[in-house]
Amino acid sequence: MNEPTDGTANAAMPEGGIDATRRRLLGAAAVVALAVAPGVSLIAAADAGHRRATAASPARRFGLLIDTTRCRRSCTACVTACSAYNGWINQGRPSDPQWIRQVEVTEPVSGLSRSVPVMCQHCAAPACVEVCPTGASFKRADGIVLVDRHLCIGCRYCMMACPYKARSFVSEDVSDQRPDVPRGKGTVEGCTLCVPRVDAGEVPACVEACSRQGGGAMTFGDLNDPQSAIRRALAAYPAVQLRADLQMDPGVRYQGL
Amino acid sequence: MSAIHYREIEGRGAGFWALAALLAGLIAAGLTAAWFMEHIGHVITGMTNQVVWGVPHVIAVFLIVAASGALNTASIASVFGKVAYKPLARLSGLLAIALLSGGLLVLVLDLGRPDRLAVAMTHYNFRSIFAWNIFLYTGFLGVTGAYLWVMMERRLNDHTRRVGTAAFLWRLILTTGTGSIFGFLVARQPYDEAIMAPMFIVMSFAFGLAILLLVLMSACKATGRPLGDAVVMRLKNLLGVFAAAVLYFLLAFHVTKLYESEFAGAEAFLLRDGGVYTFLFWGGAVFLGGVLPMLLFWLPQTRRSRAAVVWGSLSIVAGGLALVYDIIVGGQAWPLSIFPGMAVSSSFYDGVVNAYTPSLPECALGLAGCAWAAIVTLFALKLLPFMPESLADDAVEPAARIAGADATDAAA
Ligand code: SF4
Ligand code: SF4
Repeated sequence: MNEPTDGTANAAMPEGGIDATRRRLLGAAAVVALAVAPGVSLIAAADAGHRRATAASPARRFGLLIDTTRCRRSCTACVTACSAYNGWINQGRPSDPQWIRQVEVTEPVSGLSRSVPVMCQHCAAPACVEVCPTGASFKRADGIVLVDRHLCIGCRYCMMACPYKARSFVSEDVSDQRPDVPRGKGTVEGCTLCVPRVDAGEVPACVEACSRQGGGAMTFGDLNDPQSAIRRALAAYPAVQLRADLQMDPGVRYQGL
Repeated sequence: MSAIHYREIEGRGAGFWALAALLAGLIAAGLTAAWFMEHIGHVITGMTNQVVWGVPHVIAVFLIVAASGALNTASIASVFGKVAYKPLARLSGLLAIALLSGGLLVLVLDLGRPDRLAVAMTHYNFRSIFAWNIFLYTGFLGVTGAYLWVMMERRLNDHTRRVGTAAFLWRLILTTGTGSIFGFLVARQPYDEAIMAPMFIVMSFAFGLAILLLVLMSACKATGRPLGDAVVMRLKNLLGVFAAAVLYFLLAFHVTKLYESEFAGAEAFLLRDGGVYTFLFWGGAVFLGGVLPMLLFWLPQTRRSRAAVVWGSLSIVAGGLALVYDIIVGGQAWPLSIFPGMAVSSSFYDGVVNAYTPSLPECALGLAGCAWAAIVTLFALKLLPFMPESLADDAVEPAARIAGADATDAAA
């Protein structure tokens, strides 16, 4: 129920940390957004000073392709960019959030090792959405899996269910938030594929950083479009899904594993 | 219909009020802890992004599972017509409500946003077993409440069997639902087994009856009401069978898992190399929860002893808590297998056994749930006639023998 079909439910609902006036304004916008049909809520978001977003289309399915052979070891450009853009900070405590991480994966016999960025896999059959009691975890029409910060009660069942440890619980006050990336103590968060950027026609922050400072290992695009770069790359070389046996059909695919 | 007479407990002595004050203090401490957890954040607990459910969930699940089991005694009386259990039916229904409300209290106050309870009650994702559990729990309170009512209202006594059957079926579904919360977590290797749901049902039988016995024995002792061997020994024998059944299911659960090679690592961890979790499994769940109570209940030296019944029941409660801790926390301590067959490491604790140290606030919150269950029971006993005046052998046995006949108990 209450499954928003566009990004605004997430983007227009801040949850503390930004100044009060702005919060009230956005809060009012969110109320308007909730009160009217999802399509019309775009206007409310625009009123609140956001870039005008394009509605998520079910014709598309956004995904990521990660070529691990091009991912440089000890490069953390994607992680840094995500942290800077989305405003989360990990100080190394086990309670700190982490939306994307570099996992060092080593084949035990050969010792061959790869750096593998892991984030929310934006599953087509996401366990987090299935188990979420309130419907706060939802999948947009274009396949991006998000948390509605106004419905999340912080039960953490989604974190128990996610096979990829892709979600974090915010366990203390957050400050210096970006207005279009709402976060909030007591709720759960994770990679949004940088939904405000995607809606503005840009690529996620990690993908941009990887192509600028990293090895250019990440491709973002529409998995449903046979002409997209991601589909052509998928057609050219075999790619795998992490834990494909769980049949969640992740939208993030890996080559060279 | 029945010859059993029920009466409120006096509840006037210093002991009563001292106990009430202690429980109220524990509840106040737990509420304070919950307030801090909400305002400062869960950072003050031992729960992290690696171990996301901790002591509050252990205690809440234990209480909820025990709640449905506590109702068993009533079901045996009303649904299966075993008259010997009838005098305990009211107490059994009361404990079910008290324990469940205690568990729910802890569960709700541990939420990241307990202030959004209204959201949880108005927005349902009907594919979520968790959402279904919200219905199951509130429904259980309602059905059990109705059950108590028809038992206690003479004019409605005729409906006891029907309502009792509804309550019995409801509690079976409820425990299945609670067990399924874990069974659904296919990504976590220590869970992912359908046998979890029936295992939870058997666990509930044992935990609920152990608590019922403890409450019954202490209430009778404190109020000076006679409690004969007929009741105690019968319940004790039943409890021993339940403890054995839990052991059997634990065995079946782990043997099934050991068969599937993908779980070998997780099993070796829990059963052999897991430090505190291994200790809790063998020392807690197996020894305290099963072996020790069975010895106490049935060894010739102790089988007639009341003290052995008390210690055996306490042991089952302790073993039960250890088992639930092992399932919930141990299950998360074992790392997720995202890259099967590979060695992994990261800045986010991939591939390592996750540490968890419970903090004071979360323990205080958990204790508050137990104290809540106790204080509800205490005052319900004082305000309404839940407890039989006498459970002496001669007061119970004739009723049992005449099986439902309108026998005027000579002894009474
Ligand atoms: S990776 Fe986890 S959080 Fe992301 S969609 Fe899949 S199940 Fe949900
Ligand atoms: S923590 Fe929030 S998003 Fe996750 S399952 Fe609970 S309500 Fe849903």
